[in-house]
Amino acid sequence: MSGSNMLAGKVWKFGDNINTDLMLPGPWLYRSATEQAKAVFINNRPEFLAQMQNGDVIIGGFNYGMGSSRPAARSLRNCGVGFLLAETINGLFFRNAVNHGFRAFECPGVTAAFEEGDRAELSIEDWTATNTRTGQTLAVTPVPKMLLDMMLSGGVLPMLEAQGLIAPKRRSG
Amino acid sequence: MGMTITEKILSRASGQTPVAPGDVAVVDVETAVLMDMTFLPEGWREVLKVHDPAKVAIVFDHLAPAPTTQAAQAHRTGRQFAERFGIERLHDIGADQGIAHAVVADRGYALPGTVLVNGDSHTCAAGAFNCAARGVGGPDMLFAITTGKAWFQVGETVRYDFTGRLRPGVSAKDIFLFIAGEYGAHVNQNIEYGGAGMSTISLNGRRTLATMGAELSAEFVIFEPDDALQDYMRSVNPDAKWFPTWPDDDAAYHARRSIDLETLEPLVALPDAVVNNSVPVAAVAGQHIDQAFIGSCANGTLDDLAVAAKIVAGRKVAKGTRLLVTPGTQAIYRAALKAGYIETLMEAGAVVTPATCGACSGGHMGVVGPDEVCITASTRNFKGRMGDPSARIFMGSPATVAASALRGVISHPGAFFAGDVA
Repeated sequence: MSGSNMLAGKVWKFGDNINTDLMLPGPWLYRSATEQAKAVFINNRPEFLAQMQNGDVIIGGFNYGMGSSRPAARSLRNCGVGFLLAETINGLFFRNAVNHGFRAFECPGVTAAFEEGDRAELSIEDWTATNTRTGQTLAVTPVPKMLLDMMLSGGVLPMLEAQGLIAPKRRSG
Repeated sequence: MGMTITEKILSRASGQTPVAPGDVAVVDVETAVLMDMTFLPEGWREVLKVHDPAKVAIVFDHLAPAPTTQAAQAHRTGRQFAERFGIERLHDIGADQGIAHAVVADRGYALPGTVLVNGDSHTCAAGAFNCAARGVGGPDMLFAITTGKAWFQVGETVRYDFTGRLRPGVSAKDIFLFIAGEYGAHVNQNIEYGGAGMSTISLNGRRTLATMGAELSAEFVIFEPDDALQDYMRSVNPDAKWFPTWPDDDAAYHARRSIDLETLEPLVALPDAVVNNSVPVAAVAGQHIDQAFIGSCANGTLDDLAVAAKIVAGRKVAKGTRLLVTPGTQAIYRAALKAGYIETLMEAGAVVTPATCGACSGGHMGVVGPDEVCITASTRNFKGRMGDPSARIFMGSPATVAASALRGVISHPGAFFAGDVA
């Protein structure tokens, strides 16, 4: 397993049913991955990209990432979001998180435990999330090893490259 | 403990390993459907090896016919890929093109008891054919075509048993809107449809209901097989091998719910969200509309075109209202042409587009402008889905949409079915 198992960042709080189209709006679907990452939440929270710092954390409610198969998780990874904790995560969004190497985990009770601007610490060793302001620690639902390994090692594409099934990537993104 | 239909199919596809909620199942993919967006340069990677070209199908749909040069490039990449690996099931712009899920239905590519994946969220459409079909991401598709495999986290299953029969003017879309309104999202859960009333729903109606499972955020959505399904499979894909799969008697369900089809009425989803957002048509009747749309993988079937034609026959779309109709495939388009539906629709003032995901996905062929109001019989009404984010998108059945188009305001379709018997 590669990548850090201990992460921390400032909290941006979102509600229930945050859909893929908010993270990756339709008109950006045909643009580059770099441009797509500049459109995250522009319709519902236009200040997000301007103010967020690399490693900041998204706290979501129920059914985070509902909607389409578009690679919204890639945009969150590319714009610098450190990790996502949500009450529940939509299955298709989670697949994309695993496949694009974006850390996304379910953490029941997370909405009540964090306020906007709090600092969240995540341990993927202990499967806990801590609010450093209140000291409250919550259990994070463990991700099966096979999927966690893929998520933490950058997703499925590096794996397919290593196996000689797809050609190496021409550029970053 | 017995297994649900989804669990049984995943179990068979993973080499008869028992499968239970909480497991990660790694399964053989029987059918991998690549839609055109998969070939966009930002997602596609040069494939060096295809596990089994006979298990791959390619369908151009979201960007068809190509509205931009990037789309044209994606189509070219798809053609070259098909050529390089000898993939015969290429549904290029032409006679056998259509929306991927509708092409899969037309051609019988979704084999009962097997696993199908496609990089589009509405892939669960093929659940109407007793097929474990799941929308996945672009990288999953690269994984599936190169390794022949896919992984799934197995969720619990909610079972719906239908009784009775729909009344005239009420359709599968209304069943969906009822479930979405009454029970909300089914995140990380599978849905299984069956019961004595299931067979009264046409295969096309089942396709609508299965497709809309994506809007319930379900994992797999699957119908029990019946004679109608097996007769259909034999007629369209006679050489294929399939495994009709029923649940075990002692299958464990998260919940089991019964729905009396007789009691349902036409419903409409209010703008911006599909779940927990359904109201009776009467609650929004009279709401002005600019555009009315019937189409998509959910509602571009021949049944949908037939009901729209029945309603607008001899009448005119209201002045100032646009009625757009998109058949699910070019084959459905030709069938509707032969049946006279297209002429009826066009005489009434409808614009009939070629088969495409266009208007439903806000891509092309009917994008809505700022502050416009649309009522749609398609898949999704998220903010900004069909065009400008300030547009308001109501969702209803094809009958409700057609009736609304004639009056320029949201209207109950009941009057058009007054003499019909269930």
